[in-house]
Amino acid sequence: MPAPPDFDLHSDSERGLEAASIPVRATRAAPFEAIQRFLSRYGLIIVLLALPLAFMASDLAHGHGFAHILENLKDGVSNGAIWALVAIGYTLVYGIIELINFAHGDVFMIGSFVSFGMWGTLGVTLGTGTLGRVGGLIVAGAIAMIACGSLNVMIERVAYRPLRHAPKLAPLITAVGFSFILQNVGLEWLGGSQHGVDDLVDAQHILVNIGGVHIINADVLAIGITIPLVLLLVAFVQNSRLGKAMRATAQDPEAARLMGINVDHTISLTFLLGGLMAGAAGLIYALYNTTIRFDQGFEAGLIAFTAAVMGGIGNLQGAVLGGLIIGCIQQISDDRINSTWTPAIVFAYLILIMVFKPQGLLGEETREAG
Amino acid sequence: MTAIRDFFRSIGDAWDGLHPNVRRAIGVAVLVFFIVLPFFFTAGGTFIDNATRALAYAVMALGLNVVVGFAGLLDLGYVAFYALGAFTIGWFGSSFYAQVNHGKGLHIGVTGVTGQLPGIHFNFLLVLVAAVIVCAIFGVLIGLPTLRLRGDYIAIVTLAFGEIIGRVAINGDSLKPFGYAVTAGRQGITPIDSPDLPGLASFGPLDLRPWYWTALGMALLSLFVSFRLRDSRLGRAWIAVREDEVAAASMGVPLVRTKLLAYATGAGLGGMAGAFFAAYFNTVNADQFEFSFSIFILAMIILGGLGSIWGVVAGAIVLSYINTYFIPNTFKSLPHHIGLNFDLTDLSFGIFGFLLVIMMVLRPQGLIPERRRKLELTEGVGAGDSEMPIEVSV
Repeated sequence: MPAPPDFDLHSDSERGLEAASIPVRATRAAPFEAIQRFLSRYGLIIVLLALPLAFMASDLAHGHGFAHILENLKDGVSNGAIWALVAIGYTLVYGIIELINFAHGDVFMIGSFVSFGMWGTLGVTLGTGTLGRVGGLIVAGAIAMIACGSLNVMIERVAYRPLRHAPKLAPLITAVGFSFILQNVGLEWLGGSQHGVDDLVDAQHILVNIGGVHIINADVLAIGITIPLVLLLVAFVQNSRLGKAMRATAQDPEAARLMGINVDHTISLTFLLGGLMAGAAGLIYALYNTTIRFDQGFEAGLIAFTAAVMGGIGNLQGAVLGGLIIGCIQQISDDRINSTWTPAIVFAYLILIMVFKPQGLLGEETREAG
Repeated sequence: MTAIRDFFRSIGDAWDGLHPNVRRAIGVAVLVFFIVLPFFFTAGGTFIDNATRALAYAVMALGLNVVVGFAGLLDLGYVAFYALGAFTIGWFGSSFYAQVNHGKGLHIGVTGVTGQLPGIHFNFLLVLVAAVIVCAIFGVLIGLPTLRLRGDYIAIVTLAFGEIIGRVAINGDSLKPFGYAVTAGRQGITPIDSPDLPGLASFGPLDLRPWYWTALGMALLSLFVSFRLRDSRLGRAWIAVREDEVAAASMGVPLVRTKLLAYATGAGLGGMAGAFFAAYFNTVNADQFEFSFSIFILAMIILGGLGSIWGVVAGAIVLSYINTYFIPNTFKSLPHHIGLNFDLTDLSFGIFGFLLVIMMVLRPQGLIPERRRKLELTEGVGAGDSEMPIEVSV
């Protein structure tokens, strides 16, 4: 990994205004303040570590060793790689126009569906040879990424750009509307029930066994696609001219415009990048879980949004970190508690983070959460 | 679009020009019309069925309108109060807790067969009051964490609460805090006691008129509450908070109390309608407490006009009819006529989503805009910085 880039997407311009709403805490007693400072700095980390540590302790107490919890964490990280890719889309868009792109989860779903459709079109099945499968995956992945990127750009053009100066709630409502439209597209495409995908990468095949932790093909696929994509994206945002324009627009759209940056194009580019990542995530999801469903995007979107907030919304590294953490939480909950409760647990984390540390692990205070 | 606007404007102007006594007389006449309306239709027919649902949805929409329209707090988890209201009647108006009181049951204000059944059976009015109280408390509880947040963060937190309550509804059969299950899970709680109200004939599936009148009464109550609150000190505080929180706070509006009262009021109305729906459908089905329900109600108030009371009622009636009548009946065969092969009822939420987008882009103030908001929106366009022109191109 290269050194973390200085990717601060937060605008300082309005922070002065926000200070008015922050309650004055000067009257509190000193020890109380110390506790509060401690909690605000480490509280989130403690809460995040609580779940894995509790189950690790119970494993050890029952004499099971570390293998089980490590296996959970391994599954969590590879699953979390998918959420990380989706979370990047949320964080990029939020960083630049401060909008929760509610339809993003459903763009991710479309990515899965396009990948699935492409394998059908290309004729890639379980009978295809290794070379054909790899080629098919690459072509399908590229097309899914392009499809999701253009879809995201189109949504921005139709639903968000006309409302750029409308009250804050307006674009959020159109985002919700688009989310429903896309879900119905998915519903008509493959029907209302789960749809099986050919296990093209032999997802459950155990590659290596390190001390009881089984690394399977799906893990390698998820990590192997996510890391290069994230590195490319970070390099692009950090070094390229367009990336600089993105960061400038995120800091101050007006000033960026005065410097000759085409703000509309830059925002479109941001949506394109987010869509590309969502397309890749869709492909990985389809291969990883070998089932796809028209409403997978709703829950995935909320999980990924939680990840983005957890990492500090507007912060690329934060989104990736948050994705991996939320993947682990989800995996532990699925495996140890009950998968029917997993969404409730993830949402409870979302609420706790929003309420007690809206700036997340790596982020700074935002305008919304001040 | 201009034609619609002019039409509504001319109606509004004509209404304002009338003598107060004439206005009152028209109001009474309209009310009488709605009361006697069911006598012209079959007692168990579709018309009364649809009208009853539309009225109950109007109650829900008026409740959400208090939170979103008046106070400007985007609540995407309104389904939570539908669920809580429905479960209140599931707990206090069915045989769900059959073990209570050694199987003899607990009865307050119920007569007839219901009075003999095991379980907790309270009179329908008591249950409605209980639903309002339970939901108002939960409204405050859900509102508390959002107090420091603004804008879309509120939306996400409320959405998360709505989803958690939906999850609890589905998995609640395994939660037994005092030895009693919280919900019946996917099985649902059924049957629900049919209401037993003085002056109304027996409630049942064959004669829907009592249901209609109950829904009408609830809608009138919600309308009264909405109008009185909007014109009260509290209502002005809500609007001030909606427009500019910082300015409102510095003018002495107590933010915490104002916001929490908005949540509580909205939740109370939602819970009342939720309890009614559960009784009307005769079941509390955990699977219906989904996010899409929140959006359905939100679409009603967006369509009608955020903050506009009559607009919200109109939006609720229109969308309710689209949902329960036009999509399943009138337009069902439309795709087949144009050579497509799909079921339009599957797409109802896509249609509502499309409606949200179209309304927000083309007519954000809704069909019948609130006067104050209409002013703001036109002002906002004029005052918007000219270097970023608003392009409306679809």
